[in-house]
Parts: sequence; C-alpha cells; structure tokens
Amino acid sequence: MTPESFEPRIIAFLCTWCSYRAADEVGKARQPYPAAIKIVRVPCSGRVDPQWVLAALERGADGVIIVGCPKGNCHYKSGNLQALKRFALVRRLLQEMGIDTTRIRQDWVGAGDGEKLLSLFCGMVEDVRVKGPLAAL
Amino acid sequence: MTGLMVRGLGSMTKPKIAFYWCASCGGCEESVLDLGEALLDLADRIDIVFWPIALDHKFEVITRLEDGELLATLINGAIRTEEQARLAILFRKKSKILIAHGSCAHTGGVVGLGNLHSDAELLQTIYVDLPTVENPGLLIPGVGSGPLPGEMELTHLHHPVLPLNRLVPVDYVLPGCPPTPELVESALRSLLDGSMPSPSSILGDSKALCDSCPRRPTLEEGIAIKRFKRLHEEAWDSETCFLTQHFVCMGPVTRGGCNARCIRGNMPCRGCFGSLDGVLDQSAKAVAFLAALMHAEEAREAGEVADTIPDLVGLVSQYGLAASVLRRKERGA
Ligand code: SF4
Ligand code: SF4
Repeated sequence: MTPESFEPRIIAFLCTWCSYRAADEVGKARQPYPAAIKIVRVPCSGRVDPQWVLAALERGADGVIIVGCPKGNCHYKSGNLQALKRFALVRRLLQEMGIDTTRIRQDWVGAGDGEKLLSLFCGMVEDVRVKGPLAAL
Repeated sequence: MTGLMVRGLGSMTKPKIAFYWCASCGGCEESVLDLGEALLDLADRIDIVFWPIALDHKFEVITRLEDGELLATLINGAIRTEEQARLAILFRKKSKILIAHGSCAHTGGVVGLGNLHSDAELLQTIYVDLPTVENPGLLIPGVGSGPLPGEMELTHLHHPVLPLNRLVPVDYVLPGCPPTPELVESALRSLLDGSMPSPSSILGDSKALCDSCPRRPTLEEGIAIKRFKRLHEEAWDSETCFLTQHFVCMGPVTRGGCNARCIRGNMPCRGCFGSLDGVLDQSAKAVAFLAALMHAEEAREAGEVADTIPDLVGLVSQYGLAASVLRRKERGA
C-alpha cells in the first residue's frame, strides 16, 4: 500500500469541556479537518480507560490521540493529571509489546484553541499515513 | 445394600472424568493430588478414564469414546504445541463439560510470556544458547530433527501461545497458579452433585483479593508513589499492606479466592486469579490501577515514576499475556 492510497483511522478522545469545544470552534469556522480522525467525546480525559485504547487498536485503529484540558484547567481539577499518568504507563506497555508509540499521542488544548487542535490532527494523520497501517494485533 | 456392593454395581454408571495437561509445570496436577484423602473418596464416585500424571492410559481410550461421553475434562496448561491443540479439540468433543484448570489454561499463565519471543528465538535459547545445554549436533526440534532422521517428527510449536478458550469453548474456569485444592475439590463435588453454577463462571470469588486479605485494614487511602520499591532491594514489614509500603501488589485488581496464600507467605499478589468480571484486559486494568498510585504533576515526572517499573509487561501480564489484547510481540508468524 502506498502512503497516498492508505487512509488511516485515528480515534481521538476529546474532553467535552475543552478539546471538544475546540473541535466545535474548528467546525464553526468551517475549517475542514481530516476525515481520518474519528472523534469520541468523553466527559474528561481522565476517564479514558487504557482498555479503550487497546480496544481501539484491536478493532482496526492505526493510531489514538487523547486530548485533555491544559494544566490547571481541568473541570474536575485533576482529571487531566490522571490522564497524564495513565498515558505514561500505556505508552510503556505498548512500547514493550513492540508497538510504535508515536501512534499513541496525548496533548492538551483549551476550548478556544481550534488552531492547535487542527494542527495536532493534521500532523498525526500525515505521520500515520507515512507509517502505514498498524499490523493486526 | 453394603457400601461395597454400591461401589461394585456403580462402576458401570459412574461418571467419566479426564484430566489432561498441555504446556504446564505440573503444579496444577499437584492441586488435584493435594486433595489427599478426599481424592480417594472422589475416586470412588468417578471413573477416571485418562490422567497422564497418575495413570497409564493410551489416547485410543479417548478416541473410542462417544462424543460427550465424558462428564467433564479438566485441562491445565496453555496451548503451546500443535499436539496440545489437537488434543484439546478432541477432549472438547468428548466432554459435556470442559474446565480450564489453572492460570495457564485460563489466561495463558507464565507460559504465555513465551509470546514475547519468536519460536526461533525460544528454540535457539533453549536448545543451543543456554550455558547448561550440551548439543554438539545443534539439534532443534522440527521436521526430521530426531537422532535418526526421518524416524520421528516432534510436534511443532503453536504460535502464539493460546489460553484454552481461544481454541475451544470452555464451560468453567478454575483460576489460580495453581488453583487451591479446596477450589478443585469443590468443583469436583459440584460436578458430581449436578450443582455447578451457571455456565462460563469463574470458580473463584466475585470480589477483589483485598476483600479477603488479612492486611486489608492497613491499606492506606491516597497512596502517592514516587518510586515503586522492588522486593530484592529492600526489606518489608510482614503485616502491613504492600501498597502502603510502596511495593506493587495486584490485590485490588485481582479476583480473590486464593485464601491470600501469597500474602500469608509474605509475598505480594501478582494476579494469578485473573481479573474481576467485566474486565476486557487484565494488563490495561492493572495499568490504570498503577497510574492512580503514582505521584506525578507532569509528563516528565510520570515518566520517571514509570521508569521505576523495569518490566511493565512482566508485571501486569505475568499470568495473562496470552489472553490480553496485545497478546504477542511477534506478529509476523
Ligand atoms: S497455572 Fe501455574 S501451577 Fe498450573 S500449570 Fe500453569 S504455571 Fe503450573
Ligand atoms: S493491596 Fe495487597 S497487601 Fe494490600 S490489602 Fe490488597 S491484597 Fe492485601
């Protein structure tokens, strides 16, 4: 498969209070974002269960991105901290199991920062397109 | 009627039971032998038609049976070779009830850690590289690799290692590495009394190990760990909860039912009874649990705390790698 013909599937877990609002901003501004990104809206990035990340990869996702509120801005005070700690271990687990960890990303985007979200999405889609599909688990 | 007559007459109709081992260490067989006198009593009520560790039967005994003629087969060990896969399928066909006996049959167990390597790597290590191995002819099991070429062919490795239920439907699970003799005995008695729980049950507790752990009163709230301690590095108190002392213990995310025997032996839990109901992946569940114990304010700090767990897969998947979503490192085969 050439990079041009491969359309990656990337699951984006977005927190309803910040990054999901940022995605709304992108929509309101009528800016297109890559169709490869499949958004799952969650109440808080800290609610993203590591099991969901594995389930996404098992069911055919080529990458996963988790976007929470910037430090100090969590609606529930420490949900993004929880997300950060989980991510450190999930990444390590995947790495030890031979999976390229740049397919798994985490970042922080405020409600008004549609531009940043868009650039995260575009960057990830392009990177994963070049890597090609994730080998079946 | 005397007891003797009952035994004599009953022999025609006694329920047939088989025990089989796949890739196992023998510990699960111990969990049956450790029944002691209770085993003699049970042996009176059943017809053990196959049990390689104790009785000298031939496989033809099994192939000649009608389908479903065995009341139950207990299989321990993981599926590591083609021969084990073939026999597990045969026992499934011949048994009304198939029980996965022990962690290896349940979730792949320690045998499942073989999935971190390719077959070639494993064979090379075991038959050639290990310092205690003498193998001047560099013989490695495979086609025609016997001392007399062409005479026999050893079974091939099955890649990846599988837990039993990834190969055939399993009716019940006796969890543990190995299960306690009490659990084995109660399963055998329930089989004979027809009082087994609903199918596909795991025959352990429904609550986490902490619930039945003698150290539970000393499990502190709000544990914040900057460095996970390791057992070979420091001494630990023999009465306080391991987590409170910053040693990893898998009790909170592991099914109870083991009588907390490791804790009573002053060792932390490593998860052999598997997850609680409703968990999709034992390793991911364990990762969420460990993350909650970590003290970190930013990514760099979280990475440093994570660094104090040198072999994360070996910790969170010690018994469950083959059953986990990630299940194998070598994906080519
Ligand atoms: S479950 Fe444990 S005791 Fe049983 S065969 Fe596997 S390693 Fe041995
Ligand atoms: S964490 Fe371990 S030592 Fe502490 S209560 Fe639970 S099982 Fe017992």
